[in-house]
Amino acid sequence: MAEKEKTKIMFVMRKAAHGSIYAYEGLEAILIMGAFEQEISVAFIDDGVFVLKKEQDTKSLGVKEFSKTFRTLEDYDITNIYVDRESLEQRGLSADDLIIPVKVMEAGEIAKIMEGQHVLLPF
Amino acid sequence: MLHTINKSPFFSNNLESSLRFAKDGDPIMLYEDGVYAVLAGTKVEPAMKDALKKHPVYAIEADVKARGITKVVEGVYLCDYSCFVGLVEQHLVSPWF
Amino acid sequence: MKFGILIQDGPYNHEASDSAYNFITAALERGHTIQGVFFYNDGVYNVNKLMDPPQDDRNISKRWSELGAKGIDIVVCIAAAKRRGINNDVIVPNVRISGLGQLLELAVESDRLITFGTG
Repeated sequence: MAEKEKTKIMFVMRKAAHGSIYAYEGLEAILIMGAFEQEISVAFIDDGVFVLKKEQDTKSLGVKEFSKTFRTLEDYDITNIYVDRESLEQRGLSADDLIIPVKVMEAGEIAKIMEGQHVLLPF
Repeated sequence: MLHTINKSPFFSNNLESSLRFAKDGDPIMLYEDGVYAVLAGTKVEPAMKDALKKHPVYAIEADVKARGITKVVEGVYLCDYSCFVGLVEQHLVSPWF
Repeated sequence: MKFGILIQDGPYNHEASDSAYNFITAALERGHTIQGVFFYNDGVYNVNKLMDPPQDDRNISKRWSELGAKGIDIVVCIAAAKRRGINNDVIVPNVRISGLGQLLELAVESDRLITFGTG
């Protein structure tokens, strides 16, 4: 494996948290796959940006609050985290409203990075 | 990149999102309820026609027929799964669920 | 080419499983190899052997089992399966339960990985 080039895999997160399990099981997949030393990146587009919203409190809902777990991505060297500017702005959010530092980019810039991937995984 | 869309444009913004990220020339594959975007005479038709200026648009004929769609926006290629596979041979797939 | 298939949605409720099956059939006809099929999220329900649809309907789990019998590696995510009560007692023959590492392997080894789901 050592000589082989790393495989570029991008998780494309487009769903909000809690209303469906995709964001949460997507995160679980990111964490497992992040441990295999491939080149993992994550893009948050459309409602996916809500997943990173600060101040989520799920106590009264009785489900797991997992937004804070995104902070551990750093430990897996997953630092290429992109957020679509238009999705963010349409939802009245800015980078300051998000729980982790991200690269806010235009759709066209994110699309270019997508094109360089071996696989895109939607969640 | 091949953009795949399986939701009706009357229900979700997936088609719209995909077009925002698609670069000129990127093919669009409509299947499942995504094929409602090719129905002629709807409020989506102008957007579909705009998309056709920049992208080859394909729709799975089995899904189109199953839904009773007989009037198709001009310029859309109706195709089968073999053609879908052919597109995947040539392009990285970006699914928009 | 080697294709990997990821399926994120259950059977019957949505068309995802049928679309994936149609895609795989067409890929095989075109002479491609299906490197593997990975079931995640509600996709794990696809291989429940207790499925018993009316006779005039397709049996989705049987279809996956038949593809498995042809030698295609069909893998169900263990974490997603445990959460949903799918274990070795209820899965059809010719499929196996394993970890998400298998999805990564599939992504690495396939020339293309395509996802079917509903969202």
